[in-house]
Amino acid sequence: MSSQLLLSLTVGIFIGGVAGYLGTLMLSRRMSLVAGPLGHLTLPGIALALIYGFDISLGAFPFVILGIVFIWLSEIRTKLPMEALTAVIFASGVAIAFLFLPIGQAEEALVGNILKVNLWDSTISVVLTVLLFLIITKIYPKMILINISEDLAKSQGIALKKYNLVYLLLIAVIVALGVKIVGGLLTAALAAIPACSARNLSQNMFQYAFGATVIGIISSSLGIFISEFSGFPAGPLIILANAVIFLISTIFKR
Amino acid sequence: MQDDLVLKVRALSVELEGEKVINNLSFEVKKGDTLTILGPNGAGKTVLLKTLLGLLPYKGEIEWKKNIRIGYVPQRLPFIKDIPLSVKDFLKLKKSSEKEIEEILNSVGLKEALLDKKMGDLSSGQFQRILIAWSLIENPLVLLFDEPTTGIDIEGEETVYRLLARLKRDRELTILLVTHDLSVVYTFSNYVVCLNKQPICYGFPQEVLTPENLKRLYGEEVKYYRHKH
Repeated sequence: MSSQLLLSLTVGIFIGGVAGYLGTLMLSRRMSLVAGPLGHLTLPGIALALIYGFDISLGAFPFVILGIVFIWLSEIRTKLPMEALTAVIFASGVAIAFLFLPIGQAEEALVGNILKVNLWDSTISVVLTVLLFLIITKIYPKMILINISEDLAKSQGIALKKYNLVYLLLIAVIVALGVKIVGGLLTAALAAIPACSARNLSQNMFQYAFGATVIGIISSSLGIFISEFSGFPAGPLIILANAVIFLISTIFKR
Repeated sequence: MQDDLVLKVRALSVELEGEKVINNLSFEVKKGDTLTILGPNGAGKTVLLKTLLGLLPYKGEIEWKKNIRIGYVPQRLPFIKDIPLSVKDFLKLKKSSEKEIEEILNSVGLKEALLDKKMGDLSSGQFQRILIAWSLIENPLVLLFDEPTTGIDIEGEETVYRLLARLKRDRELTILLVTHDLSVVYTFSNYVVCLNKQPICYGFPQEVLTPENLKRLYGEEVKYYRHKH
């Protein structure tokens, strides 16, 4: 195994796994789609990163934060449903990106290029995902309770605003990391699909959370391996591996 | 606050999105009371419970006895089916030991075998009991109970109200109960607050539930009432 493949696999496994894990919280909140538009909004940031040659996650991150602040503020101001607002953001991100995205590098921006990660990228990604994993684990029971019923959570003295903010920040970081392996168009699916598959297969909370993490890891590894042998880009293959696992999960739905 | 008082409400008004939902309500709850909050659908009963829990903004005065522990049984949890959650997972969301969970499960008349069942697969009677079990964790002194599903017989013997009466006796609970079912008031509670946005009556059920008051509560006003969800 080449050292480049090993690096790509490591990054894929860590980001894929944690994205799957976080995805279980997003699905139980009926918020799976929110990451989609946020992913698209990263495109201008990725374009800038590609033009000036810095890390694409670093380029993506401020734009995701911008998107989250925008959604949060306009939801308060306009009372439009969150999904409608994300549609506004979604199109704007793509539109801005295509004004100056270097066309030669469009593919990398749209579907990612995990075979390009270097040791530095990998280290940062691993450290960040481990940190994310720990935070998600810490807030998980409280977030689940909030997802079940905000009233019940508040009656337990849970500070909703604080947890929602942490939760949105987690989404921002995972979306920014995800663009590295699957690009701006597909980063949302990295969180959304494993959770759907895991939900089909699980009877309890542990199976759900653990299952989605494992499915995230398996699909990332599969995608990267198949990419190595087939020459197709890894990003779309990872998402397709996820989709196939989802299809299989529907057969065994419990 | 007097020693035997658990809750004191003075001139409580709640306004939600510009609409007065509760207007100028006052009542008291003593330790060991069972107070029913009675009124037609949409009268502001659930809003009152939520306000007492501190979940909604209000005007007026709500004073709980210091360091009181409150258990809350919500009317329903529509989103819980979206999450794969076993009964045990759910009860553990509230910090509780395995032993406490088993003990509480028994006290609401359920078997431990149920712990591994998915919340979404429970019968409505079992679900109601799990919600009661949830509220009993951390040993509350007061239970706020929102409209238990009436008429459900669990395992054909004990209704939700009998269960509540038994728990109240065993655990020396004070209970505030929301319902639109008149029969519950007489059999189960010693005080009643009648509410149809305006306070209609307050006192002993036998004394204040006069035909005239009931007409004011359920009668002519009802046809102006808009059903909202």
